[in-house]
Amino acid sequence: MTYEVPVAPGEKAELVETTGTDLDGWPMWEVFVRARRGISHVHIGSLHAPDPVTALENARDVYTRRGEGVSVWVVPSTEVHAFEPEAAAEYIEANEKVYRLATTYEIPDEVGQM
Amino acid sequence: MTSPERFQAIIDAEDKIEPTDWMPEGYRSTLVRQIAQHAHSEVIGMQPEGNWITRAPSLHRKAILIAKVQDEAGHGLYLYSAAETLGVKRDELQELLHQGKHKYSSIFNYPTLTWADIGAIGWLVDGAAITNQVMLTRCSYGPYARAMVRICKEESFHQRQGYELLIQLCQGTPEQKAMAQDALDRWWWPSLMMFGPHDSDSPHTEQSMTWKIKRVSNDDLRQQFVDMTVPQAEYLGLAIPDRELRWNPERGHYDFGEIDWEEFWRVVKGNGPMNRDRLAHKSRAWEEGAWVREAATAHAVKRAERSARSAA
Repeated sequence: MTYEVPVAPGEKAELVETTGTDLDGWPMWEVFVRARRGISHVHIGSLHAPDPVTALENARDVYTRRGEGVSVWVVPSTEVHAFEPEAAAEYIEANEKVYRLATTYEIPDEVGQM
Repeated sequence: MTSPERFQAIIDAEDKIEPTDWMPEGYRSTLVRQIAQHAHSEVIGMQPEGNWITRAPSLHRKAILIAKVQDEAGHGLYLYSAAETLGVKRDELQELLHQGKHKYSSIFNYPTLTWADIGAIGWLVDGAAITNQVMLTRCSYGPYARAMVRICKEESFHQRQGYELLIQLCQGTPEQKAMAQDALDRWWWPSLMMFGPHDSDSPHTEQSMTWKIKRVSNDDLRQQFVDMTVPQAEYLGLAIPDRELRWNPERGHYDFGEIDWEEFWRVVKGNGPMNRDRLAHKSRAWEEGAWVREAATAHAVKRAERSARSAA
């Protein structure tokens, strides 16, 4: 990606280029943290590390300095597979099948809470 | 719906853009530029405070300062990781910083001369940063907005410890109070400069506001900061170094004097008191730290071989 870096008035505008190439050669890891027992791990960010052990150590230092979690997962970013946004529409249905929703069924008040 | 239409619909609906969504090239490059500059600022920001770790006046204050400097490193990492979702790499961005092609916040080009400066940085510099960052939690780009939520929580500790440090100084000896006043005198105007040029001189603001990357203009943020900070200075019994500062009941805001824009641009262009030192120190730390990165790689290889052997 090429873009102009900000310049002060009177300075010459400069273009910089980034290619998205890794210089350290360390893979990227996605970090998931379980905030407390009883709830799922939630994605919290990513980091670079040479191996899973170091990735976990770094995740602890970067993402859980204030007791934010009781458990941490790290997953190689390349191992996360997802629908592309354009294709997602074909896979993920909109709310047109309303009969799947509990609220579409009318139950008389006399029956009480259901 | 075409991709640009879908993008605009998400922005209009106050929803968030996520990394795999289509986005205009200008939106992407504006974010890379802004997030990188923000990340660099966090990392360079470790220097003026790190300067005082060995000289903090008590073990308690030393522990606080170490925790704060560690937070700044963490903030840099959250931000680099947000930038990486846009297709750039952390090392590339750092390289651009080392080459002087990327800027960072000018505030870190001022020196920390006394212990009171550590208080003033927490109170004013982190206070100004929070004003800007609270706005950015509502930014339209999901990963940036989420990083800001985490950062804002931690910045609150930064600001409060700084203000508490100044309360202690202001309730101390006359010399300590004078030191606090001197710190305010030197940090007040550079803190106001953190919000950037006037809206009329900020050509990118309009586009950024349309894209909802930026939600409040420079001048409005600056006014928010002044309104918030003046009563805090009064509580400390310190005088803000601005003769034109006064409450304007009609506007419901404080009026304040004009920033020295010549100084502002001089520091932006690399001629502030500490620009060269900060960048040289950063590059040196990166080069001298190469062995740590090499050792980590070598250790990972060794560990992988060992576990392969024990599995065999």
